[in-house]
Amino acid sequence: MLGKLTWAAIPFDQPIPLFAAALVGVVIAGVLILVVLKGWFPYLWREWITSVDHKRIGVMYTFLAMVMLLRGFTDAIMMRSQQALAFQAPGYLPPEHYDQIFSAHGTLMIFFVAMPFVIGLMNFAVPLQLGVRDVAFPTLNSVGFWLTATGALLVNLSLVVGEFARTGWLPYPPLSELAYSPGVGVDYYLWSLEISGVGTLLSGVNLVTTVLKMHAPGMRYLRMPMFCWTTLAANLLIVAAFPILTATLAMLLLDRYLGFHFFTNTAGGNVMMFMNLIWAWGHPEVYILILPAFGVFSEVISTFSRKPLFGYRSMVAATMAICILAFMVWLHHFFTMGAGADVNAMFGIATMIIAVPTGVKVFNWIFTMFGGRIVYSTPILWSIGFMVTFVIGGMTGVLLAVPPADFVLHNSLFLVAHFHNVIIGGVLFGGFAGYSYWFPKAFGFRLHEGLGKAAFWCWFVGFYVAFMPLYVLGLMGMTRRMQHYDVPAWHPWLLIAAGGAAIILAGIILQIAQLVVSIRHREALRDETGDPWNGRSLEWSTPSPPPAFNFAVLPHVEGIDAYWSMKQAPPNAEPDYEAIEMPRNSPTGFICAFFASIMGFALIWHIWWMVAVALVGAYATFVVFAWRDRDEYTIPAATVARIDRANRGAREAALIHAQAAS
Amino acid sequence: MSAAQATAGHGGPRRTHDGSASKRIIVGYGFWIFLLSDIVMFSAFFATYAVLVGATAGGPDGHDLFDVPNVGVETACLLLSSFTCGLASIGARARNGLLFYGAMAVTFVLGAAFLGLEIHEFSGLAARGDGPTRSAFLSAFFTLVGCHGLHVTAGLLWLLTMMAQVYAKGYRADILRRMLCFGLFWHTLDIIWVALFSVVYLMGVAR
Repeated sequence: MLGKLTWAAIPFDQPIPLFAAALVGVVIAGVLILVVLKGWFPYLWREWITSVDHKRIGVMYTFLAMVMLLRGFTDAIMMRSQQALAFQAPGYLPPEHYDQIFSAHGTLMIFFVAMPFVIGLMNFAVPLQLGVRDVAFPTLNSVGFWLTATGALLVNLSLVVGEFARTGWLPYPPLSELAYSPGVGVDYYLWSLEISGVGTLLSGVNLVTTVLKMHAPGMRYLRMPMFCWTTLAANLLIVAAFPILTATLAMLLLDRYLGFHFFTNTAGGNVMMFMNLIWAWGHPEVYILILPAFGVFSEVISTFSRKPLFGYRSMVAATMAICILAFMVWLHHFFTMGAGADVNAMFGIATMIIAVPTGVKVFNWIFTMFGGRIVYSTPILWSIGFMVTFVIGGMTGVLLAVPPADFVLHNSLFLVAHFHNVIIGGVLFGGFAGYSYWFPKAFGFRLHEGLGKAAFWCWFVGFYVAFMPLYVLGLMGMTRRMQHYDVPAWHPWLLIAAGGAAIILAGIILQIAQLVVSIRHREALRDETGDPWNGRSLEWSTPSPPPAFNFAVLPHVEGIDAYWSMKQAPPNAEPDYEAIEMPRNSPTGFICAFFASIMGFALIWHIWWMVAVALVGAYATFVVFAWRDRDEYTIPAATVARIDRANRGAREAALIHAQAAS
Repeated sequence: MSAAQATAGHGGPRRTHDGSASKRIIVGYGFWIFLLSDIVMFSAFFATYAVLVGATAGGPDGHDLFDVPNVGVETACLLLSSFTCGLASIGARARNGLLFYGAMAVTFVLGAAFLGLEIHEFSGLAARGDGPTRSAFLSAFFTLVGCHGLHVTAGLLWLLTMMAQVYAKGYRADILRRMLCFGLFWHTLDIIWVALFSVVYLMGVAR
């Protein structure tokens, strides 16, 4: 009846996961009780859960990323403290638990922190920047988000029911095959990522179509803000790379569930094929994460330098070059496979070449700042921190691209330091820059500057203290994923690294404090004009937060930095408002994800009848959705006019004030 | 009706600096992007098959197993169904019920016949002990061909839903857009089958 699921799945004998699960359970129950008692549920259902508004979905993606960041960071702190303690000692985490923690840390941070963070920012900002009212497929967008949430739910469920994978963030066979990992851990991993991968693919299809086919009048491709270009490149990579992940994980599932021989040691299976396939997705994935961050930095640096982006066209060319080259370097993840000197040299050179367009970008950002009147606000601090940190990470990457050096450093802590250097210093700093940059647009008030700067400095310093020792340790020969060790020379460096993690923790606490303080002081931080940073692109021409329809009248774009040039011209007369048709909200995404969660859980535990029920339910959901007769509602012209007039007054007053001052 | 919708019938490329494309173009374009991603997934299975085609673990290879006349009939069914699917698209656009329902029904029968022949082939192989667990080659074969078969199954389900939708809702603009996507999907399965037939079956028996 319940497949493999028994009471033995609950880890009653392990206090740490049980306590953590109880804590999470209490928090979730508390939030649910609060929601019910306060009567917030109808509001949440109407305005958020069933929303197909790209801004709301973008906010929910970002929120998911931040919650998962807390979970992923908890894993990180446990690993750092374990390694600080486990010098000639067992530490406090037994190996089977430690292995789950580093696997869950990597999986969560890549798939459920970095991915939803950048997808959230793209969803929120891109339609506003293009001057359109929504994405190409609003309901699909909602389905994509909720499927991502399903994946996150399943990974976190493994904390309480069963176990998570012990195979690292990429489940290399043969370790991940049934013979060596008979538990449900790898199945949790595989089904979570299959389901959330579908969500990511839908999001990719949606955003590619949006950027290529939806524009305000006059918004030609070469007038789009840089963030739209990097969004296009990242989502093209999603469309081209995520199906490879889906196929690869499906093969491993077939091996595990039906006894196929793709990656087994027996019957002709080929283990190295898994490495090739997973990294044919995995390397583009790196650029899926970093390209949107590059876009954020381009927007932030240009805005706070009060200058147009330097070398716009070379930036576009560099972005698209990275988009293509991203598919030509995957083998550098396993130079040690033994493909031979020629193949390794070829991929080593390709890897060094991909650093060139990235270098172009760095110089463009520096030249954008050069001669600008720089305003040192929180978003640009993240951007400058990024430039310094990312260049170091890039250099160590080019070092690893030299095959003989890689043979020495493969799977060492040097590698761990390198990819944290680019992912924290690049993707996460980019996410935080975007978060503080677009927060006032999303919520109508700015984040507290002082706490934001303090959080930046903790993250920045904490990153160096936590990860520079790992470079040293890698050069000293320490491999990754060690539960304990007995080399005295390593111990002090690991203690320093643990101290760095503590500094980062302080940064995270300051970020939470920043959010709380900003909400409490929102009246003082209110953004009345919709343009708190003296911005350049079209999102700043809307009120904060923008109305559901974004633009009362679609803007006419005359060149790059569309809103900047509009601000230089005398204010327009009030336009003729027309009624606007917007897509209606739909619970399809939520219900679909509900069935997907049940299906994923049932597949993990081999509860076949439940799989069938969930499949039928998901199909029925789509048919019901497809049967709808009205998918749009009309906002009358009078309402549009009322909402727009409320903002026009404040905006024009601020403009006149600014022009008088200058 | 806005200007964008008025010019939507041609389906020709619209200059983007005039603003957003029509809904029909956006839907068709998005679905094309999705189909390209599907083709990427198939290419992963094709690459896997190419790597594992020699890994028979002492078991039979394609030359021993493939029944080309049977696959030839399968191919004929599927290619013919693409033609009838095209007729159904014309029927839907012309709002000709007889042509639409008739051609859709024939498409369904041909697709189901294809699927029946494939199941027959698979069960025959499994009964002889040459199922997907026999060798890596057979794992790759069953997965590649079976993935296409699953797509055809999903397509048949979609086809029936599509017919029911036209019956219930008529030839509405959104239904016609969906029909456009269905047609693209069905033809893509054909393209993949042509590659599959060549790479798996013809090259398999050629040895």
